[in-house]
Amino acid sequence: MTAIQENLAHVVDDHADHHHEHPSWLAHHFDDAEQQYDSGKLGMWLFLVTEVLFFSGMFCAYALYRNRNPEVFEFCSSFLNEKLGAINTGVLLFSSLTMAWAVRAAQLRQHQLLVGMLGATLGCAAIFLGVKAVEYSHKWELGLLPGKLYVAQLDGAHGPHKGYLEFICTVPAIITALCALYAIYAFATKSLFHQRVAGPMLVAGLCFFGGVGLGQYLEAQEEASKGHGGHAAGHEHHAMVDGHVDHGSHEHAAAPESVHAAETKTAAEIAASSSASMGGSPNVYVSPIELKTPNADVNQRSMAGLFFSIYYCMTGVHAIHIIGGMIVITWLIVKAAREEFHEQYFGPVDNVGLYWHLVDFIWIYLFPLLYLIT
Amino acid sequence: MSVVDRPITAPVHSEVDSYPEHHFLNHSKGFLSWALTLDHKRIGLMYLVGVMSSFALGGMFALMIRIHLWNFKDGWLSNQTYNQVFTLHGAIMVFLFIIPSVPAALGNFLLPVMLGTKDVAFPRLNLSSFYLWVTGLVLFLTALSVTGLDTGWTFYTPYSIETQQGGAVLAATFGVFVLGFSSIFTGLNFIVTINTMRPPGMTWFRMPLFLWAIYATSIIQVLATPVLGITVLLLSAERLLGIGIFDPKLNGDPVTFQHFFWFYSHPAVYIMILPAMGIISELMSVHCHKGIFGYRMIAYSSIAIALFGFLVWGHHMFTSGMADVTTIVFSALTFTVSIPSAIKVFNWLGTMYQGTVSLNTPMLYALAFIFLFTIGGLTGLPLGALSTDMHFHDTYFVVAHFHYVMMGGTLVAFLGGVFHWWPKMTGRMFNDKLGIISAIIVFVGFNLTFLPQFVLGSRGMPRRYATYLPEFQPLHQLSTIGSITLGSGLLLALIVLLMSLVNGKKAPRNPWGGATLEWMCSSPPPHDNFSSAPTVGDPYDFSNIEYDGRVGGYVKRT
Ligand code: HEM
Ligand SMILES: [Cu+2]
Repeated sequence: MTAIQENLAHVVDDHADHHHEHPSWLAHHFDDAEQQYDSGKLGMWLFLVTEVLFFSGMFCAYALYRNRNPEVFEFCSSFLNEKLGAINTGVLLFSSLTMAWAVRAAQLRQHQLLVGMLGATLGCAAIFLGVKAVEYSHKWELGLLPGKLYVAQLDGAHGPHKGYLEFICTVPAIITALCALYAIYAFATKSLFHQRVAGPMLVAGLCFFGGVGLGQYLEAQEEASKGHGGHAAGHEHHAMVDGHVDHGSHEHAAAPESVHAAETKTAAEIAASSSASMGGSPNVYVSPIELKTPNADVNQRSMAGLFFSIYYCMTGVHAIHIIGGMIVITWLIVKAAREEFHEQYFGPVDNVGLYWHLVDFIWIYLFPLLYLIT
Repeated sequence: MSVVDRPITAPVHSEVDSYPEHHFLNHSKGFLSWALTLDHKRIGLMYLVGVMSSFALGGMFALMIRIHLWNFKDGWLSNQTYNQVFTLHGAIMVFLFIIPSVPAALGNFLLPVMLGTKDVAFPRLNLSSFYLWVTGLVLFLTALSVTGLDTGWTFYTPYSIETQQGGAVLAATFGVFVLGFSSIFTGLNFIVTINTMRPPGMTWFRMPLFLWAIYATSIIQVLATPVLGITVLLLSAERLLGIGIFDPKLNGDPVTFQHFFWFYSHPAVYIMILPAMGIISELMSVHCHKGIFGYRMIAYSSIAIALFGFLVWGHHMFTSGMADVTTIVFSALTFTVSIPSAIKVFNWLGTMYQGTVSLNTPMLYALAFIFLFTIGGLTGLPLGALSTDMHFHDTYFVVAHFHYVMMGGTLVAFLGGVFHWWPKMTGRMFNDKLGIISAIIVFVGFNLTFLPQFVLGSRGMPRRYATYLPEFQPLHQLSTIGSITLGSGLLLALIVLLMSLVNGKKAPRNPWGGATLEWMCSSPPPHDNFSSAPTVGDPYDFSNIEYDGRVGGYVKRT
């Protein structure tokens, strides 16, 4: 009977006034802070599970094609600049630290520190994207594009198209300019809230361009160390070794027929060693440079093109996650600037933190799988 | 709303059972109070309207197909149009109707009420799921109106990469992507609600079986749907950029697409059937006025189906080119999933045994479900067996199989559920006699439509063909007649429901004699469901629930 009576009583009173006090940060359908926190946490973990599964599709595709054409992956991987990848790995790892620190700050009501830590995380994310922008634009200039768009010539010369970097940078430039205006406004009005929000956003905007600068510097260094115009390791061998590695494709019939005997031997050695590296005993020593040798078969849409499809899909979807993370971190900064968080209510920081660690974590797999293939 | 007829001095029973003055439907007014509502009940009702409209749209396409097939050649649709019509029929029915039907519409309305909470854990996320669903609908309608999709609901590559209807493929794959996230968020919301928000006393094994079914469904939604998401994302990249991962021309592998697709889409058939089974468990016990037989077995079998369902996707690809060993393993695993399904059927039969069966509309739909689902499930076995599937694959036998499980199973259970909870949702009783007639027409029409298709398929009639051999014509015509009968039955069911809104009797709190929590709050429920945690008892204990003529419904003896 009690339930019925309560419902009846409920008909009379309006839903707005509750029997027990509900602080503003506690949603009305939760009983207490703990229930709200637990729900948010479980929800975020489930979301992370879906994220892992989402990426797993691409990891499967990676495994399948790498297993089928290992030499393509070896060859193409040499076009990725390990230094840039390593720096980005470091940047993301550091941002995980600042994010975790932010959670601590939220629990301890250290509002200023919290804003700072979230801002640092945001800045790291921006550096990451800046470096990525350099990487992407350089590849596009070389024609190292996905699938049917792949047009790389591999003679080291840059393709006809330039200016991709400027193109990518326009949107961040506009956003940074807006942040700068906002910062001017914030300091003009002397509003602590606006300063706390605008400051980190402006810094993050500038970090992006810092990342771009860093990326360009390292990319130029890499090119210089590879000799004039040469981009990937082993380009010099291009003219010498024209044999093809048998990778089970139908296209190899199209490879040039006129190969010298000595070169054919080299090709055979390459094949032998790539099968040896799969578990056999390496009788023939082939230097890594030779393994990375581009050959007519690999450099085509259905081979290298497919690698770059996978590369762009994986890193692109990852970058979208970084951008999504930046948006929610900005939202957190706004809340933190309003000093909303305290030891009873820090779930949002905690959960965004979890998300952020996952995004880092995925990168930690992507980096070796894509950049460090030897 | 009408004036409340509640004399101050009336006895307690009729007082509590009269139509409540304030309830979630009139809690606030105006378009925005619905469009921006965070109330799970309103969101559930909006879904209900949405999925039923999608069903009507998909149903029109179905009738177009059947009418086209009346003659063995020269049907009224061109071959190209025929391809588009069956594609849109399938895609709309699967993605817009059947997947969200029970969980998103009925589940949303019922889950918090049955559980005894005020709302789901994340009401805003719940509303966003709904708008994602709407976005998916818009994208599908774009695909329909721009060019027309012709790939089949399965979007197999390389055809989906090569077809001229590129814009439609993009719109539809993006639609599927968005709908996938709608489904994921609903599932996530439900899992969290059930895990963290059960009121005191609501232990796992006091949960109504419908909630167990929804829980198992949500697990699949969360674990399988992301894979579909990435698959269709890659497919749209395939169309936009030509990435080649699924394109044999670029050394990509179309069979990989099939693996990815069915890794989601087989578990997805359990997203469709599990909640339907949950409905049947409720309907069986309430309308037999008898505790459910084998509660724990039913609960565990839901979870077992959810987990086993992930291991059998290969049975859709026996003829696509897989290693022999793989096909054998997939075939063997397919047989294991049918065990938990059979457990449920036996338990429902056990529930009816020596029960006091009320043969009303919901119960008739439930009985129809048991009959039709059993046929559908049993015909899955010859499809799961390698030797027979070589013959049946891509024939009308498969078409008949999945219509028996999806339409005869899920749709019929959904209708049963809608009739069962209609008084709770709207506060109105429907005309039971007409409802019973609708159930009978649906049952007869359904069998008339799809039984002949088993015969057609086993004689070699391939699916998705716009023309066929003359010797198949009689069976095809029988099927077309059946489909029109079926359509009229469904129309009648709709009319019965709509009529109740106009002139239906006001519903009592507990019209059928259910013991789960939703029957303890008024019909329709108040805005907040329960102002404080309700007392939770055994959801299938009918011993002290009695009919009370004064209120026209059941009351709990105290
Ligand atoms: C009870 C056990 C079940 C078994 C053993 C089973 C087995 C199978 C098999 C082997 C196929 C592939 C046939 C072929 O393409 O050659 C199939 C197709 C299908 N089944 Fe089932 N099934 C079962 C239950 C269900 C349920 C419950 C549903 C949905 C609610 C369902 C929906 C479908 C659909 C939609 C297809 C066809 C997909 C397509 O190719 O378009 N099945 N089933
Ligand atoms: Cu299946």
